[in-house]
Amino acid sequence: MIRISGLEKKYGKINAIQDINLELTKGRIYSIMGPNGSGKTTLLKSILGLVLPDKGIIEVNGINTRTTHSYRHYIGYMPQTASFPQNLQVKEVIEIIKRIRVTNKSLDLELYEKFNIPSFESKKISSLSQGTLQRLSGTIAFLFNADIIILDEPTVGLDPYSAEYMKQKIKKEILKGKLIIFTTHILNEVQELSDNLVFLYEGRVKYFGPVPKESDNGTFKKMIYNLFQENE
Amino acid sequence: MNKFNIAKYVLFDIIRNKWLITYSIIFFITSSLLTYFSGTEERTISSLLNVVLIIIPLVCLIFTSMYYYNSRDFIQMLLTQPVERSNIFFSEYIGLSISLIFAFLLGILFPIFSFGLTLSILILVVVGIFLIFIFTSLSMLFAVKFDDKLKGLGLILFIWLFLTVIYDGLLLYLYYLLADYPIEKFTVIFALLNPVDISRIAILMNLDLSAMMGLTGAAFLKFFSNPLGLIISFVSLIIWVILPIILASKNFSKKNF
Repeated sequence: MIRISGLEKKYGKINAIQDINLELTKGRIYSIMGPNGSGKTTLLKSILGLVLPDKGIIEVNGINTRTTHSYRHYIGYMPQTASFPQNLQVKEVIEIIKRIRVTNKSLDLELYEKFNIPSFESKKISSLSQGTLQRLSGTIAFLFNADIIILDEPTVGLDPYSAEYMKQKIKKEILKGKLIIFTTHILNEVQELSDNLVFLYEGRVKYFGPVPKESDNGTFKKMIYNLFQENE
Repeated sequence: MNKFNIAKYVLFDIIRNKWLITYSIIFFITSSLLTYFSGTEERTISSLLNVVLIIIPLVCLIFTSMYYYNSRDFIQMLLTQPVERSNIFFSEYIGLSISLIFAFLLGILFPIFSFGLTLSILILVVVGIFLIFIFTSLSMLFAVKFDDKLKGLGLILFIWLFLTVIYDGLLLYLYYLLADYPIEKFTVIFALLNPVDISRIAILMNLDLSAMMGLTGAAFLKFFSNPLGLIISFVSLIIWVILPIILASKNFSKKNF
């Protein structure tokens, strides 16, 4: 579970996020939406420890993220753009992460197999396409069976088949009681995958609540449209 | 997790880097040709001196900063794993320094084989290794501090130009202005403030070329030939390694990625 209270971050004079209060619980999928520069990435990076907030507290499974790095054992992360050391082999990249995250949990090899990672495991990163790197990045996010999975635009850059596998995987993980957070600009993805939406505008939460069901497509689109309109 | 696990893979990545391999080969060819045509050990080291004092700092500064800038996304990914920031930072530093030292040692193999590991060559090697540690840490400091690659690289090039050329030019001008005053002791102090100067003097003193430096050379000889002088210059080189890397590490641990 992730509890965020009074979170604020400024870059110079600009408020990237302000007064964010959220409680994200296990067994749910949360999508984060908002226009460019609304604070989505800052919020995710604050949870991951990449950005150090000016104010507020983030707790992951009861651990204050400021006090230790060990809470990141609970998190699997897929960045928006995958990037790895160019001269390493794929298996070496996986090995680094394995050595960092020494875990007793069994590895989740589903995406590893679905994305056919073994077929290019011995290849150098520099010889792979960006789409293949995205597949590798997605695999690593799920590999360690983390309780919380954070995905930054997970289907961007993936071919249609891989994007579909990724969506199926997200749906499956929720049955295991995991907490999944993802950012996206694709409305259909929000409706298809998530049950809760966090809508950010100028660093503030403008909507935090359930996503209307797929059958109520018109209502959902109208809701998102209104959220954009109200804040313009 | 073993603290050196990440450093090991940084090292694996860099030693397969084509630019580093090319640099090692060019360095090896240059030092071999210099050794072959110079003939004597003293002349070879005098020729290699400029390569060590000018090229090594430049290569370390540029290679380290470029590698850091190009690895930023992967560093971010590592930072989302359960590992301390300092561990990632020092892994990058150790991996970079060791691979550059490896390239340097490979490059200087021919003179070592030709003349054996004499005291003069040993000093050249030690000084080269110190310069690699110093300029890699300086480069890390600026690369971590400035997210803008252009700004970072610009400053790094200025640091190189300042320490290898401008600093000596300013000192020469100062000595010229104060030629009538007894400033020999101050020249030693000024030299200690620049790692390139300390390295140059340490090598030249051992080659007994101080006579070519006039009164300043006599002051250097007096300072560097006594154990305290050697210890002070050694300590100042160590400070030049440690200070930038501590500042860079502090910056790294407070940085927003």
